[in-house]
Amino acid sequence: MIEQLLSHYNYWVVIILMMVGFYIVVAQGNLVKKVVGLNIFQTSVFIFYISVGKVEGGTAPILVEGVDVYSNPLPHVLILTAIVVGIATTALALALVIRIKEAYGSVEESELQIRDQQC
Amino acid sequence: MLAHLPILQVILPFLAAPICLILRKPKLAWLFALIVSAAALAVSGLLLQQVYAGGVISYELGGWAPPWGIEYRIDLLNAYVLLVVSSLATIVLLGAHTSVQKEIEAHKQTWFYSLYLLCFAGLLGIVATGDAFNVFVFLEISSLSTYALIALGRDRRALWAAYQYLIMGTIGATFILIGIGFLYMMTGTLNMNDLAMRIDAVESTTTVLAAFGFIVVGTSLKLALFPLHLWLPNAYTYAPSMVTAFIAATATKVAVYVLIRFLFTIFGESYSFGRHPLAEILIPLAIIGLLSASTVSISQPLIKRMLAYSSVAQIGYIVLGIGMGSALGLTASLLHVFNHAMMKGGLFLALAAVTYRMGGSEIGHMRGLARTMPLTFWAFVLGGLSLIGVPLTVGFVSKWYLILAAIELGWWPIVIVVLVGSLLAVLYVGRVVETGWFGEPEKPGRNEAPPSLLIPLWILIAANFYFGIDTRLTIGVAENAAAWLMGGGSGL
Amino acid sequence: MSANLALILALIVPLVGTVVIALLGRWPNIREAATMITAISLFACVIRVLIGYTSGEAIGIEVVTLYEGLSISFNTEPLSILFAMIASGLWIVTSVYAVGYMRGAGEKNQTRFFTCFALSIFAAMGVAFSANLLTLFIFYEVLTLATFPLVTHKGDDKAKAGGRTYLGILMSTSILFLLPAIIWVYALTGTLDFAQGGILAGTIGPAASTVLLALFLFGVAKAAVMPVHSWLPAAMVAPTPVSALLHAVAVVKAGVFTLIKVVIYIFGTEFLIDVPLESIAVYIAGFTIVAASSIALMQTNIKRLLAYSTISQLSYIVMATMALAPFSEVGAAMHIAAHAFGKITLFFAAGAIYVAAKKTEVGQLNGIGRRMPITMAAFAIGALSMIGVPPTAGFVSKWFIIAGAYQLENYFVLAVMVVVTALNAAYFLPIIFNAFFKPEDQAPAKPHGEAPWTMVAALATTAALTLLFFLFNEPVLELEYSIVGGKS
Repeated sequence: MIEQLLSHYNYWVVIILMMVGFYIVVAQGNLVKKVVGLNIFQTSVFIFYISVGKVEGGTAPILVEGVDVYSNPLPHVLILTAIVVGIATTALALALVIRIKEAYGSVEESELQIRDQQC
Repeated sequence: MLAHLPILQVILPFLAAPICLILRKPKLAWLFALIVSAAALAVSGLLLQQVYAGGVISYELGGWAPPWGIEYRIDLLNAYVLLVVSSLATIVLLGAHTSVQKEIEAHKQTWFYSLYLLCFAGLLGIVATGDAFNVFVFLEISSLSTYALIALGRDRRALWAAYQYLIMGTIGATFILIGIGFLYMMTGTLNMNDLAMRIDAVESTTTVLAAFGFIVVGTSLKLALFPLHLWLPNAYTYAPSMVTAFIAATATKVAVYVLIRFLFTIFGESYSFGRHPLAEILIPLAIIGLLSASTVSISQPLIKRMLAYSSVAQIGYIVLGIGMGSALGLTASLLHVFNHAMMKGGLFLALAAVTYRMGGSEIGHMRGLARTMPLTFWAFVLGGLSLIGVPLTVGFVSKWYLILAAIELGWWPIVIVVLVGSLLAVLYVGRVVETGWFGEPEKPGRNEAPPSLLIPLWILIAANFYFGIDTRLTIGVAENAAAWLMGGGSGL
Repeated sequence: MSANLALILALIVPLVGTVVIALLGRWPNIREAATMITAISLFACVIRVLIGYTSGEAIGIEVVTLYEGLSISFNTEPLSILFAMIASGLWIVTSVYAVGYMRGAGEKNQTRFFTCFALSIFAAMGVAFSANLLTLFIFYEVLTLATFPLVTHKGDDKAKAGGRTYLGILMSTSILFLLPAIIWVYALTGTLDFAQGGILAGTIGPAASTVLLALFLFGVAKAAVMPVHSWLPAAMVAPTPVSALLHAVAVVKAGVFTLIKVVIYIFGTEFLIDVPLESIAVYIAGFTIVAASSIALMQTNIKRLLAYSTISQLSYIVMATMALAPFSEVGAAMHIAAHAFGKITLFFAAGAIYVAAKKTEVGQLNGIGRRMPITMAAFAIGALSMIGVPPTAGFVSKWFIIAGAYQLENYFVLAVMVVVTALNAAYFLPIIFNAFFKPEDQAPAKPHGEAPWTMVAALATTAALTLLFFLFNEPVLELEYSIVGGKS
């Protein structure tokens, strides 16, 4: 049993990070912290892909004389794309947060709701 | 060039987007965007013709053969959805220049066109591609540009709506990414065709089940299935009118396409509905969404919000058809994809015209519309009749097929639900029509919308009736596509 | 002109008329002339179709195929021609009347009025000549929508409320009951075409048939069977020409017409006789007859009284149709004509009284017969037709309905007819008596005579028709015999 748990430790990390990130998004009222949570959530997925791509006994996927086993390069490529997407999302989200701060004067979700209702 | 149509379809608007930024003047940017859109529409038309004549088109990007390279695979379903998206994009763009001048600040208008084209390219990419990860990439491209488009709205609540949509949308897209990851783990491929063939071997694993779950939830969030629809009302309400018209007609439909593609082509009908209680999950959610959204929309003071909730209800109809898991049900859903795009596109364009002249689209602004803006008002009435499902309109065709599908399965309660939904539509459309017909306008006297807004509006309304009578194109494509999808539909 | 062409024209003429009338808004006299020309041309086309049908010409058009087994098509058979002739013929008379009424009462938005009128007749023609349930349903809905602006013509709060009830009931019943019934028929048989002997034989069991019949009975709310009848009294907020032609003739007859067509050409009388619970429809109709007449007895507003009388009379047709005896089917068809003539006369008279004397309540009519003799004479003839006394049209149809009841020994129908005759007499005779034989309560502020001559001419014409129908009804009878004789 412990063997099983330990050998799959990467999945555990992924799950814990995913849940932490997701929880932050849902539970936090501060808009910037939500973005942080979203990032953690996305990062867990990146780790998931990359860790899955590791082949036991494989080296970095660069052709070298005398090496037969390489780690799978495809997940790395996919994740590079996903990271860029993640960055764009974060940038856009933070830009929105700045504009929201200018318009509302606050970045707390509860404050925003109060100000909207007042109008 | 004809051989490269699949990639042209996506590249044209994609490359045109940054060029819009170089063109300083909004009018120039608009013209350029319109030309590119029209070109994309022509490409979609040609693609549909090619698919009808020659069967599935398989295009290798960069000459790399699938399944290692990325493949753009156009079959009847794709070609149909591509046509819907590009025609709506072009028609809405016809009126964009006029409407945008009043709703978006001058220095941001070129950004609007650029983002619009990016979103358009993204949506086209999702539909055209035959690679699962490519779907995720284009999904994010279209989503990010949508968030930015929504944030262009005048009201500060647009910013909050865009942010909310961003958070929820990213979670949805990431769920899809997780699902794709699981599938890749189990099959070693990302090509949709290849996945379809390889999934059979690993069907019974929990990993594939997890992938299934994540993908269904992720797409459901994007297509605004109850209860994952919470981003939609705010996003549609506070975005600039043209943005709402465009995304209401296209974004959720593309998400429906993704769902259908995964459920029927990749996972296969026997897995999705046979192994798992997908019908038992989708149908109750669709029904609740349908009824609750229709009911809520009756009391909305903001008409844009009312139509947004109506959209959630209409998505419920579409998912209802998918959930039935029969060829007739799937035909009804595909029909409604096309029909709803025309209906909602038309209705939101009518609201754009009202906002242009009246400064807003609350129920108060609609008072006496029959006298102040008769052409707009009658367009709204006709679009509303289509929403209700009066015969001779496209709405009737979809409802007919949906009810027929339900009767075929003997599910009479579903028939009643669909009909009650129509009745509720009578109530919320009737409220606006009554106010427009009987109310006293603030400033009496004809103040009709400019032709640039009326023309695209009436094109869509006329399409509602034309395709409600001459149904050969829509029903022909929908039935064929549905039969093909139900039959396994892969590896052609 | 071939009969086929006449059929096409019968649909196009009112549609073109609608557009022309709408465009002629600025020249009221030319606009009224356009209405008259349209009405007369339409009647001429329908006559041509009648001649073509009786001489055996093949008549039928398919306009467009919507999807498999479904098309928008038109053809003719005895009932269609009857309904079309009554609607188009009475349109001519009503147009004359309406001109007088609208000008006499100083109504606004007259162009909108006449335009929607023409559109409603177009829809009625579409219903009359439809060859399948889908075409009928389309034009049935168009009729509801086209008459809505007419019902809410006055634009005040009462009109709005009346309009809401009107549209609410008609649309909910057609969406909730009629539409699923139609789709169900399609799912069972793969077609919606009307056919002699019905299309449902062998496809549906007796229990399901009862449900289907109930869906049609309550889905076709225009036939005003209780409890989906409330739209009719609500529609009385409309100007009287609307109540006269549409709610005594076109709309309500479209309703009962639909029911008769469904019974004869979708179910088939042979098939229905074997459905055990079918007689419940007879009881529901019978209940409506007596209940509506009882409510009419208590009404003080003339138009509302006439509305409830209409509901009651319509159910004569429904009950006779559901009784499934050959004579009663013929009686039902005859009553479409008889009631139309009689009721339109009554509404015309009510409108004339309103325009000339501004009176709307039954209690105000004492002695008015002396000031408006022609109008009240016409009213009396219409009332006698409702009661079913010779020499009026109502007697003819009642005769056949009762004969049909004897044919199948249906004592319920007999009893209902006896009771309702008494009720009709109870609420109509006092009005006539008071109008002619009681002195006026108070002299009117402005002494008045008859209403404008156009209105009087119209109501005199329809009253004459009511009497003539009693004498010259063989052609109609022969035509309708063929429904039950088997010729199609």
